[in-house]
Amino acid sequence: MDIVSASAIEHPPAQEHHHTAPTGFIRKYVFSLDHKVIGKQYLGLGLIAVCTGMVLSWIMRYHLAFPNKPVPLVGLFAPTFAAGGVITPEFYLQLMTMHGTIMVFFVLTTAPFAGFGNFVLPLQVGAEDMAFPRFNMMSFWVTFVAFLVLVTAFFVPDGPPLSGWTAYAPLSAVGKAAGPGQGLGQSLWVVSIGIFCIGQLLGSLNFIATTLDLRVKGMTLARLPQSTWAWFITSIIGLIAFSVLLPACVLLLLDRVAGTSFFIPSGLVVSDALQPHSGGSPLLWQHLFWFFGHPEVYIAIVPGFGIVSTILPAMCRKPHLGPRVLIACELAIAGLSYMVWGHHMFLSGMSPMSATLFSVPTLIITIPAAIITLLWLGTIYGSKLRINTASLFCLGFVSVFVTGGLSGFFLSQPSIDTYLHGTYFVVGHFHFVMGVAAMFGIFAGTYYWFPKMFGRMMSETLGKWHFALTFIGVYATFMPMHWLGLAGNVRRYSSFPSDYMQGSLTLHRFITFSALFLGAAQLIFLFNLLWSRLRGPVAPDNPWEATSLEWSTTSPPPFDNFGGRHPIVRHGPNEYGVSGPRGDYIMQTDPPVVGAEGA
Amino acid sequence: MQKSITPPSATHTGVWVGIAAIIMSFAAYTSAMVVRQGSLPEWHHFRLPPILYWNALVLMASSVTLELARQRIGGPFDRLGRGTTSRPWLSWYRVTIGLSFVFLIGQYLAWQRLASEGLYLATSPSSAFFYVLTALHALHLLGGIGALFYALHVLRADDGPRPVDVLSAVAVYWHFMAVLWLYLLVILALWV
Repeated sequence: MDIVSASAIEHPPAQEHHHTAPTGFIRKYVFSLDHKVIGKQYLGLGLIAVCTGMVLSWIMRYHLAFPNKPVPLVGLFAPTFAAGGVITPEFYLQLMTMHGTIMVFFVLTTAPFAGFGNFVLPLQVGAEDMAFPRFNMMSFWVTFVAFLVLVTAFFVPDGPPLSGWTAYAPLSAVGKAAGPGQGLGQSLWVVSIGIFCIGQLLGSLNFIATTLDLRVKGMTLARLPQSTWAWFITSIIGLIAFSVLLPACVLLLLDRVAGTSFFIPSGLVVSDALQPHSGGSPLLWQHLFWFFGHPEVYIAIVPGFGIVSTILPAMCRKPHLGPRVLIACELAIAGLSYMVWGHHMFLSGMSPMSATLFSVPTLIITIPAAIITLLWLGTIYGSKLRINTASLFCLGFVSVFVTGGLSGFFLSQPSIDTYLHGTYFVVGHFHFVMGVAAMFGIFAGTYYWFPKMFGRMMSETLGKWHFALTFIGVYATFMPMHWLGLAGNVRRYSSFPSDYMQGSLTLHRFITFSALFLGAAQLIFLFNLLWSRLRGPVAPDNPWEATSLEWSTTSPPPFDNFGGRHPIVRHGPNEYGVSGPRGDYIMQTDPPVVGAEGA
Repeated sequence: MQKSITPPSATHTGVWVGIAAIIMSFAAYTSAMVVRQGSLPEWHHFRLPPILYWNALVLMASSVTLELARQRIGGPFDRLGRGTTSRPWLSWYRVTIGLSFVFLIGQYLAWQRLASEGLYLATSPSSAFFYVLTALHALHLLGGIGALFYALHVLRADDGPRPVDVLSAVAVYWHFMAVLWLYLLVILALWV
């Protein structure tokens, strides 16, 4: 705030106030209305969820590499499902279901969107808080309850469900007869995801209203930072997607507990018993689910676009290439994301004409994605890139996004997908483009905004080691999966002990060791988080010499974000590589500079 | 250190965004029903209980009385838009709340009527959609009734958002509930 001109801030207009800063522990840190605390709570939930999901994946990978050996410690913690540590095919599917559900919903959705968005978005638009702080608090706690309900499935008699994170009907609809975990475990899954939808809808509502109505003076839409644009677009995608998944969960739950037949066909025999249902459509569930499911990919990845597009210009010390084109491409991706859900259903028996209709927009969606990638490369090209952990993870994001995007190009062709759909090729593809890319966005955001969140810098040495080992680990883990898929190695199988796929065991073992290596590399990150929080060097207000509003307040910001004053925005967020009062950049609140006027 | 109240524009945006989410939800239910009806030769049609049409009139009347109440809020209001509760508009407001409960009772009677005919939630796909759609509309309407009471609470409070702004946002939601019911009535009459 030292250089911020007095003319660039003003006192708020005379009006009523409420939401006084809480003093008690419960109101301050637990049931807090402060967006900054809620953002940290979401990130904390994401951290717990990602650790849980990663441990589940290790158990699966260990079993795939050594199918006849008991998995260490598993027999101790899950004696009912894996006696002596031996993983049954059913338990493998249960682990897979919980891994996918936890990672997609409680990590890839909560951390990059709800976590960083909650902390940063109000700061970047100059607001004191989200538009509806109580809804915001409810949003987090509803999501937290959803997580608790989901993990409760581990502790019910038959364990968690085994129908995958997609919960395909009728397997997910007929109840206990469908197998272990399909009784109470599957019901808990449906209830959990329904609750999760409510939490995300409340969050999306807040993000949209805050972006549209709580911007400070001078903060036009054109002056919004790229990350705020990305969260805004993501909230629109989420609003539509979760509004459809919620009804799907309601109908599925009614099929399970109320005897309806929305998704269960006539004459279905399960475990030698004719199911007392008639006339339902399993395909209806797939349509409803994937209408949500494909946009969910963009709910996970578009915040990463925004994070990378915010960090790159700050580290390259030059303006982002084509910022408005970038936003237009994100909007195009958001629109197209609702026209491509059928490409997940090429093998569902749809007509070739329908498959073509879904294939074409899937191919078209690669165009804005490719333009965005080229804009990043153009921004980096010729710049004096500051090599730090945040910028390295941005480069890593571009790399894994391109890698995953290229394999998606093949899968968008119905004829090729027919062969590859049920194989590890798909596993490698979506882990790169959705999982790893989103995680790299989360890591980049963490290293970039940690000083603002906690007032301390993270260790760059540890961060660079973390990046290097993670980058190697993800390619070693997920790239060979493409080769397995091309060789016809099917997914969702718990082992390949005596068939033609046994030849793939060596590669599976390599992947397992890589996955364990990748997981071990994350211990560096966890240590860095903890150590930096306690002992890291005190962060200045603007350690990256960045332009957006969050860097014009203290680190960490005060309760009302700007110390009772409202900033006035006079520049766009893209003013790098110029001659300003502070150096080669102009902050959004800086006074007008002749010859360097912002957008 | 304090934070400012939510501005009226954000409240309105929030209501419209919420309405968009509800529209998407009911669009999903509608598409599910159309798909089910189209793919099922044994879809059993049944006649809607006549009380549902009277309920539509009740709900539309409640929208009218809410507007009458809002038109009669003429002040005097202070700078923050607060007035007193002893105004002519309050009686119309109370009529609105009363009509909303009449509507809910009417919906309950419709469900009773169908149950007496042996049509329950799981009896047939058409009855399942009928109960789901009407029950979810009633659930959303209960939210609207909660909002009507919240607006009354705001009127009596010493601080917080301006009552006129809250009433305006609540009215948007309430009118949407009436429109949504008309839409549901049409698709139920056509499909179930």
